[in-house]
Amino acid sequence: MPVLTDTLDRRDPDAVARRQANRAAMLAHLAEHEQHLDAARLGGGQKYVDRHHERGKLLPRERIELMVDRDAPFLELSPLAAYGSSFPIGASVVTGIGVVEGVECMFVANDPTVRGGASNPVTSKKVGRAMEIARQNRLPLVNLVESGGADLPTQAEIFIPGGRLFQQLTQFSAERIPTIALVFGNSTAGGAYVPGMCDHVVMVEQRAKVFLGGPPLVKMATGEESDDEELGGAEMHARTSGLADHLAKDELDCIRLGRQVVRRLNSRKLGPGPSLPADPPLLDEDELLDIASADLRVPFDPRDVLARVVDGSRFDEFKPLYGSSLVTGFASIHGYPVGVLANARGVLFAEESQKAAQFIQLANSADTPLVFLQNTTGYMVGKEYEQRGIIKDGAKMINAVSNSTVPHLTVVMGASYGAGNYGMCGRAYGPRFLFSWPGAKSAVMGPAQLAGVLSIVSRQSAAARGLPFDEEADAAMREMVEAQIEKESLALANTGRLYDDGIIDPRDTRTVLGLCLTVVHNVPVKGADGFGVFRM
Amino acid sequence: MPPVTRVLVANRGEIARRVFRTCREMGIGTVAVFSDADADLPHVREADVAVRLPGSAPAETYLRADLLVDAARRTGADAVHPGYGFLSEDAAFARAVVDAGLTWIGPPPDAVEAMGSKLGAKALMEKAGVPVLPGVDVTGAPPDDVAALAERIGYPVLVKASAGGGGRGMRVVRDPAELADAVASAQREAEQAFGDGTVFLERYVDRPRHVEVQVMADAHGDVVALFERDCSIQRRHQKVVEEAPSPAVDDALRTRLCEAAVAAARAVGYTGAGTVEFVVSPDGEPAFLEMNTRLQVEHPVTELVTGLDLVRLQLLVAMGRPLPREVHQARLSGHAIEVRLYAENPTAGFLPATGVLHRFEVPDGDGVRVDAGVESGSVVGTHYDAMLAKVLAHGATREEASLRLADALARARLHGVTTNRDLLVRVLRSRAWLDADVDTAFLDRHDPAELGRPLADDDAVRLHAAAAALAGAAARRRHAQPDVPWGWRSVPSAPQRVRFGVEGRDVEVAYAFGRSGLTVDVDGTSIGAVALHGATADAVDLEVDGVRRRFDVSAVGSSWFVDSALGATELVEHDRYPEPGSGLSAGSLVAPMPGTVVRVAAQAGAGVAAGEVLLVLEAMKMEHAVRAPADGTVDQVHVSAGQQVDAGALLVVLGDPAQDS
Repeated sequence: MPVLTDTLDRRDPDAVARRQANRAAMLAHLAEHEQHLDAARLGGGQKYVDRHHERGKLLPRERIELMVDRDAPFLELSPLAAYGSSFPIGASVVTGIGVVEGVECMFVANDPTVRGGASNPVTSKKVGRAMEIARQNRLPLVNLVESGGADLPTQAEIFIPGGRLFQQLTQFSAERIPTIALVFGNSTAGGAYVPGMCDHVVMVEQRAKVFLGGPPLVKMATGEESDDEELGGAEMHARTSGLADHLAKDELDCIRLGRQVVRRLNSRKLGPGPSLPADPPLLDEDELLDIASADLRVPFDPRDVLARVVDGSRFDEFKPLYGSSLVTGFASIHGYPVGVLANARGVLFAEESQKAAQFIQLANSADTPLVFLQNTTGYMVGKEYEQRGIIKDGAKMINAVSNSTVPHLTVVMGASYGAGNYGMCGRAYGPRFLFSWPGAKSAVMGPAQLAGVLSIVSRQSAAARGLPFDEEADAAMREMVEAQIEKESLALANTGRLYDDGIIDPRDTRTVLGLCLTVVHNVPVKGADGFGVFRM
Repeated sequence: MPPVTRVLVANRGEIARRVFRTCREMGIGTVAVFSDADADLPHVREADVAVRLPGSAPAETYLRADLLVDAARRTGADAVHPGYGFLSEDAAFARAVVDAGLTWIGPPPDAVEAMGSKLGAKALMEKAGVPVLPGVDVTGAPPDDVAALAERIGYPVLVKASAGGGGRGMRVVRDPAELADAVASAQREAEQAFGDGTVFLERYVDRPRHVEVQVMADAHGDVVALFERDCSIQRRHQKVVEEAPSPAVDDALRTRLCEAAVAAARAVGYTGAGTVEFVVSPDGEPAFLEMNTRLQVEHPVTELVTGLDLVRLQLLVAMGRPLPREVHQARLSGHAIEVRLYAENPTAGFLPATGVLHRFEVPDGDGVRVDAGVESGSVVGTHYDAMLAKVLAHGATREEASLRLADALARARLHGVTTNRDLLVRVLRSRAWLDADVDTAFLDRHDPAELGRPLADDDAVRLHAAAAALAGAAARRRHAQPDVPWGWRSVPSAPQRVRFGVEGRDVEVAYAFGRSGLTVDVDGTSIGAVALHGATADAVDLEVDGVRRRFDVSAVGSSWFVDSALGATELVEHDRYPEPGSGLSAGSLVAPMPGTVVRVAAQAGAGVAAGEVLLVLEAMKMEHAVRAPADGTVDQVHVSAGQQVDAGALLVVLGDPAQDS
């Protein structure tokens, strides 16, 4: 079986130096990323974390750690959501996939150290994404609830869209995807509908408070005098209202009961298990730090990535001699068969587009999940290419991606510009998971190109109106636009906007893809049918 | 004499297996007997056939001569080997066997009887010229006569009540001036305690050694002494360590002892294997103690230094054969040491230990012999002697044998039942033992609680806890997705934690696998720079600060057994999610539903029978009687008639009648 080897020529000092430079750049990105993760881990800040602990309460990650099976992995999603926004990094909620009693579950855990765990617009988006993943993959949804409801100053942005969350909870239930609410603290007003809509509810004695209106609101609305416990105490809900199925003594007991619920869900995977040998790659994963070019204008060979990601570094390439700017082929990760599409030299031409479309159809006819490794500057432009129908060829590829029904997993390794982002299954094309490497960039086009385009357009417009062109202003405009686009295209900015599911260390690529493959196989893997494979 | 073709061993465990082994080698059939408690022991399986002795108490089973003879008859056995203990020195049983037409593999019943009476035996031996401790009956003698008698015996003298035992009525007198008082008070105490004021004087031996001589006699008048064994390390008169030759015996003394032993055996017309026991004073004077008319527990010590099979010789003698030539030519070769591995706790006054012996593996070979009555999975109960096995080592020198034996014991895997292993290892490695500074008071001078404390010290326990945690992680991984790093986190935040109970305290292990490797904290402090070279559910290969060790791990339920060169530790893993207690004391009865108490029948302090109505609740127009779930007494009544109660409200607390009476 063909096995990939390193393309590095160790006798070429330039190539070796380039790898070293790539590594240095990647480590710098990772160091910065780690700092932001520290901020995320600290939630609302040390003061609030300490106060929370003093009350005998656990942080959301501590709750998750206690609930997941020992030594099982946990894939946290969107940890840097809200980066670059006015909201705290992490968006006051922790989401991710963990294994409970052998069952992969989606966790949604409020962080009560951030403004009482209140939901802001980014929170909604992050929770929405977690629920989307849970629904697509039929993962039981475990809500670790402690939230004061909507963040009132931003209610205008959250009230209407936030309502969908509750609708979805009931739809999960209708689709027989289990929903569980473990209520550790306040779950009031709108938040009360989380336990209200879940299949299974556990509340912590003396801690959980679930009501539509608290004592002041009740007093204002009806004049009735009441206290917290009467209105929404765990004890009341367990004995009187019946909203709680289980009354927990404390947080640990609540988690114990939560695990008990999961144990009895009778969950089973509907998709196939791994079917191929899952031996590790022959090349060192650590060298994944060296591969992605520090300067995105320098292409790199994705086979050097695959050699460090796929099982046994085995890769059966499809059409290696045709459309060689895109690498396609079959491999396996953690024993799951996959088809791979990976950009080799940025640009997608007609041949690459056709090859991609054919390959995607082949993978669908074999029910094989697809992995997209992005490093693309987009489809080729120019007279010759337009006249030869690059739009039609690009459309074929985008069409194939759009209507492919096998699971797609996308990793943005480097550039992801223009329609190349679409053809290579960018966020808008609904990959089941999308992760970025720290140095990745996504935008409609490169910052310099975009600024240049704007400059040309305004020069033409000035000329058309017979006005003189202000070169100085143009240079300033180009600089400003370039800086803005550069900033917006960074992986951090995109992850902050939930345009990916998280930034990952390149060395974790195999692990992350392996975990995602396990998750997507919770549902049947079935390729699109209706037509045969078009040879293009 | 008829040939012996099938032997029933009227015994259990280790000695039954020992006899079967030789029978097998000689082509002789085997019959085992077993009590209900012993039904799963290996000796039952290893015999050709086995006969059940219903019940478990010795009196119902291994002491039932009638059942044993009947078992032999039913299985066609033509000979009975009594082993040691139980009926091995019971002349009546020996006669019953012979009367049933079976061959008794032991000495003639008359010889058993002659040696069975201690005083009679002593007189017999004195007559036969065997050295005995000088002693004399002084009951009622005038003080002057007593003083003269004591003078003749020589000080120190032991004043001993004839009917006494367990140290009562015994006094050591070193100063003649104290003699009269000691005799008077011993007499008084003996009269009060035993109703028999008979008092003896006997020479008292300070720091005595216990030395015994193995004899072998055939029915043709041949008696051979197979040298001595030294059994000086004892606890509560139970031998713990035995060796041959005795470090306290030189050639001259050996000759004296052997001659005395042969004379003793001849005096009672002995045949078969027997042991003549002596005390030897520090100046090397021997005196007859008693003769054991059976195969001794410690007979393998003699087998190792002489190369003979004593059971084979017993069988040959029973078949009427003369002692073979190699017995006459036997010579001492090297040094052999035996220890008795007991299920007991030396740090708690040698309290017998029980339980399931989940793992029992003692490395044998290379000069180490293991005679065990149990195997992995055996249940150790309270019905019989707590000895699990005899472990022996043979070496060119005493020191070689000691260290070899200590090493084999240290490497043994003994899981589930507390043993005296660590005490044995410490004794064998101790300076005092290696210097042969040993006498019967060894375990009085050297604190057993100190010698018996675990070989694994606090640092070892920390490493063992870490190993157990990592083995647990490895075990869990067998069911997890392969190839995903252990406990992988995209955003690491906390280590994995496992809590264990060890020797009454808690130990918490926190471990995390990160990109830079493994970190392990025990009770909040790092165990050092760690490299994990391998981990499975059964073994952990862990390097800590440059020292690489292998830890054998096995789990049974929540118990973890870790063995390494540092010792052995049992850890009990705490449930990760303990079920909370109800917060109510045992015996609490709570309201099954909200309602009104209509009648209270229970009265505090009154006794109640199971099913008795304690009170009646009314709810939704239905009456519900709350009844006593078991016999007991009413400790507290928390409600009165007419009172409204919520579901779960405490109504009555019942006490356990056993605790109250």
